[in-house]
Amino acid sequence: MNATWSRFNVTSIVLGFAFLYLPIVLLIVFSFNESKLVTVWGGFSTKWYVSLFHNQGLMDATWVTARVGVISATVATVLGTLAALTLTRYTRFRGRVLFSGMVFAPLVMPEVITGLSLLLLFVAVGLDRGFFTVTLAHITLTMCFVAVVVQSRLVSFDRSLEEAAMDLGATPAKTFFQITLPVILPAIVSGWMLAFTLSLDDLVIASFTSGPGATTLPMKIYSQVRLGVTPEINAACTILIAVVAVGVIIASIANKRREVQRQLDEQAAQRG
Amino acid sequence: MSNIAVADAAAPSTAKPFLTRLGAGFVNRLVIIVPYLWLLFFFLIPFVIVFKISLSQTAIAMPPYTPVLDFSDGVSGFFAGFRDLNFDNYVWLTQDALYFKAYVTSVIIAAISTVLTLIVGYPIAYGMSRAPATIRPTLLMLVILPFWTSFLIRVYAWIGILKPEGLLNQLLLSLHIINQPLVILNTYTAIFIGIVYSYLPFMVLPLYSSLEKMDYSLIEAAKDLGCPPTAAFWKITFPLSLPGVIAGCLLVFIPAVGEFVIPDLLGGSQTLMIGKTLWNEFFANRDWPVSSAVAVILLLLLTVPIMLFQQAQARAQEQGK
Repeated sequence: MNATWSRFNVTSIVLGFAFLYLPIVLLIVFSFNESKLVTVWGGFSTKWYVSLFHNQGLMDATWVTARVGVISATVATVLGTLAALTLTRYTRFRGRVLFSGMVFAPLVMPEVITGLSLLLLFVAVGLDRGFFTVTLAHITLTMCFVAVVVQSRLVSFDRSLEEAAMDLGATPAKTFFQITLPVILPAIVSGWMLAFTLSLDDLVIASFTSGPGATTLPMKIYSQVRLGVTPEINAACTILIAVVAVGVIIASIANKRREVQRQLDEQAAQRG
Repeated sequence: MSNIAVADAAAPSTAKPFLTRLGAGFVNRLVIIVPYLWLLFFFLIPFVIVFKISLSQTAIAMPPYTPVLDFSDGVSGFFAGFRDLNFDNYVWLTQDALYFKAYVTSVIIAAISTVLTLIVGYPIAYGMSRAPATIRPTLLMLVILPFWTSFLIRVYAWIGILKPEGLLNQLLLSLHIINQPLVILNTYTAIFIGIVYSYLPFMVLPLYSSLEKMDYSLIEAAKDLGCPPTAAFWKITFPLSLPGVIAGCLLVFIPAVGEFVIPDLLGGSQTLMIGKTLWNEFFANRDWPVSSAVAVILLLLLTVPIMLFQQAQARAQEQGK
């Protein structure tokens, strides 16, 4: 490797990550600021976190968001996994092109279009806007992301394992639950987490499809941000970031452990 | 359905109980049917409704539009309804220069931001792909991690940095690089920064996955044959990373055209983008038919890039097999 190139590589990685992380770090730092002015440092304080927990509106919104997130991510994971199975296993059926189009298009569709169209659907069928409609909207959006994540695992899946199980007399259902599911489980878990964070994060689609009494956390944050940057919002954002970061780190450590365990098992089996 | 039909036809030769066979076929179909129907109902049909409402007229009622193409009068009534269709909303969009300007500005802003994201993202992806294999998974996780944190929060974080009395101006003033605070917030510059920042992981990940697969002995061969590094880059590295470049650019460009949060929070009232126009038309003016017409034209505008994206996805899927 050429020395100048590797210095260039290191510099670009360092600068790139600084660009990605500096704004988030600054946001977290200033959530511990004593001063009400967000950009002037007035000493360390956790008072904004205390006032956050006394903000009933924000707490209600957090509860709504958590419920919408868990329900929609769970349903979306089931539907998304089915969609991924359809995409990889059934290569020929009527309307397959339309189906794959409907799975991939929502990934890039501007949120304003998805939000508006879902709202008009709910109005057309006479569904009252609220908790239920936001959940339906989030299922629709996030199942496509789950489908892509699970599909990428299914594509590299060795199908001879399934065939072996079937040859040994396992029913298709048993084969699926004992062979296929354990292998694609990491992808399903990360699909669920992706769906959950997307739901947690969504402002635009929720604003269109939500109704009175179902204000989500991003909607609440957005309406307060429009009035100005406050340390309290910084504190709320810091907690959100911490929750997600802890989740992702635990998941990746668990993944690594499983990987190491699997390698050890394989080595043991070879020696065996 | 052909493969299922084959499976059913082959089934009698195996000595399985009839019910199990029926069950397997039914489950097989269910795997396809459930997500298919869900997406039809919640993704495709809503677009038809948007199109339908874009042809109706505003009314002071709830919902605030007159019904068109309604089946309540039976099929003949449905066809009679075609006469009542009007393209007033579309005529209105062409007459008001604001909408045209918003579309053009959105496409230009999205295009410039996409190029900027590519320029910022390429060195990062390249550096990652050449990093020691042991730290690559960690680097990859570090790129993905911001993507897991809220989009809204990441955009919000930039307000504190970019505003006139914000951190960037404080830093530049204290270093005596500038004498007066720069006005960045509420300009198009702020929108560019916001889009590049928010969409960077979408660019880096596909670039990285195509650069990582590259065979670097090609570069060494070129170098041995006397090819200067820059020429080697443009003749070998860049063309080989082209699938990643295309996927990354589409992943940034398409959502950026209709972006709402970034122009709204960082662009202020002075900047014009179509996502914001649609939002205001809907929430502030409560004009559902016009906002539907805005959405239909935005969708038509994005049809070609979206189809390109789907082809790229399908190709990637084929190669993965």
